[in-house]
Amino acid sequence: MKDQLFAYVLRLADDAAILGQRLGEWCGHAPTLEEDIGLANIGLDYIGQARALYTYAGEIEGKGRDEDQLCFLRHEREFSNCLLVEQPNGDFAETIAREFFFAAFMLPFWTRLKASRDETLAAIAAKAEKEAAYHLRHSAEWVIRLGDGTGESHERMQDAVEALWIYTGELFEVDDTLATLIADGIAVDPEPIRTEWRETVARVLSEATLAIPEEGYAQTGGRSGIHTEHFGHLLSEMQYMQRAYPGLKW
Amino acid sequence: MYTQALNTVDTASTVEDAEREAAFQGRIDAEEKIEPNDWMPEAYRKTLVRQISQHAHSEIVGMLPEGNWITRAPTLKRKAALLAKVQDEGGHGLYLYSAAETLGVSREELTEQLLSGKAKYSSIFNYPTLTWADIGAIGWLVDGAAIMNQIPLCRCSFGPYSRAMIRICKEESFHQRQGYELLLTMCRSSEEQKAMVQDALNRWWWPSLMMFGPSDKDSLHSAQSMAWKIKRFTNDELRQKFVDATVPQAHFLGLTIPDEDLKLNEETGHWEYGEIDWSEFARVLKGDGPCNRQRMKARRKAHAEGGWVREAALAYAEKRAARRAAKSAAA
Repeated sequence: MKDQLFAYVLRLADDAAILGQRLGEWCGHAPTLEEDIGLANIGLDYIGQARALYTYAGEIEGKGRDEDQLCFLRHEREFSNCLLVEQPNGDFAETIAREFFFAAFMLPFWTRLKASRDETLAAIAAKAEKEAAYHLRHSAEWVIRLGDGTGESHERMQDAVEALWIYTGELFEVDDTLATLIADGIAVDPEPIRTEWRETVARVLSEATLAIPEEGYAQTGGRSGIHTEHFGHLLSEMQYMQRAYPGLKW
Repeated sequence: MYTQALNTVDTASTVEDAEREAAFQGRIDAEEKIEPNDWMPEAYRKTLVRQISQHAHSEIVGMLPEGNWITRAPTLKRKAALLAKVQDEGGHGLYLYSAAETLGVSREELTEQLLSGKAKYSSIFNYPTLTWADIGAIGWLVDGAAIMNQIPLCRCSFGPYSRAMIRICKEESFHQRQGYELLLTMCRSSEEQKAMVQDALNRWWWPSLMMFGPSDKDSLHSAQSMAWKIKRFTNDELRQKFVDATVPQAHFLGLTIPDEDLKLNEETGHWEYGEIDWSEFARVLKGDGPCNRQRMKARRKAHAEGGWVREAALAYAEKRAARRAAKSAAA
């Protein structure tokens, strides 16, 4: 059970850390000053979540690894974030689509995780739920603005939705680790969230005058450390300091 | 983050109304705040627009050198602190553009002036951030110099600017302590890191002193700004305060200030420093600093690539307003 819990908390931590890393890339380069501030703010929420989750994962593991060792000193194949969060920022529409798909899942996810038998996870969930509500509102508003904005923005938003759609199925994946923890009342079963997620996506895309992609093949693999090719580059940048100067205090 | 010390003032005295001008000066002498709707001499307005917008532009361009390290911060705590700091700078830019807007100039116009190269921003942001220690050095030295410049601006005669400055100064002093603490941690961790910090100090020291602007003997135009209480201390006075505060902090870190002429004058209690290379200052201001081109290119690129997003937001807002109007007309 300890191994499964460690793996589970690490997945959540990796999701948050990697998405936070991606959002940090925007800082200073966003389309408006308000969005520079907004995306940084969301990125900060994710980094905060990652810190709490990595710290907890380290405690569960009991080998003395802290948040930074878990974030900066593991290799590609040891990271278990979902593929969606590691996708490159692309244009603003892609960043927004990624945020929207993820937040539309994470809001109901955190709401349910508040009822976890694991008190630490429940406490982290209570804070993260409020943040996810803002992330969903922010991204949904942009999906609508861009979808129902100009011809160009409509096309870009539609392309982004379609490009990332293949990575959304992984959010609902249940493997043995997860199944064990669901049965034990610790983890959230993603299956019942599927309906709510689809409703949210359908409602927002339709208000945005965008087409909802067909259900199709879902690319998975992130949870078992099979990532997309972008991921190694992200890690090499994120982990540069700890790799180049091992064992020092910063 | 910071405004270059004000060096030029439009030659005033197209005397619009001697009486009104005297009354205006009377209010300033009585330490009253001037508010956006109050009458003010045109030159006062222009001076403020230029200073506030330069300051805003500096905040925005200043996001770039530090933003360069967000994705490579060595720990999650440092990453969060840096991202929050750069976000604060964006926030400062936003308040300052708003303060400038109260003087009748739009953010779009000001942005256009920055992107066309017409408006200036602080010369310090044309230097590169090469190592992680540079992030600490910017917090300690650049924000430290900014605070010296900005604390007196909290008492600036123009109300919106002075109020923006009060908030900004609080955040800047937090950034400065954070930067210093970052360097302290490095200096205490290993010799290798301490050498990295010394290297950063070597590169950032002189450009930080230049942040206060030309020497008083070459700064001919500050008298009017002093009279208007836009400026309260001269460039050299502020620079000296900064040196006096910073030298002991460097010594506490075990670092050497890269100035062979630096010495404490026992009589005055001031640290006397060597000659600043004003030709470098002039060159960087003119556009030939190490990163001027990259900074402008990055700002233009963000602006150009974000064009379709801003257009979409506007188009959507117009559609929504039209729909609402149609709805209420039908009702």
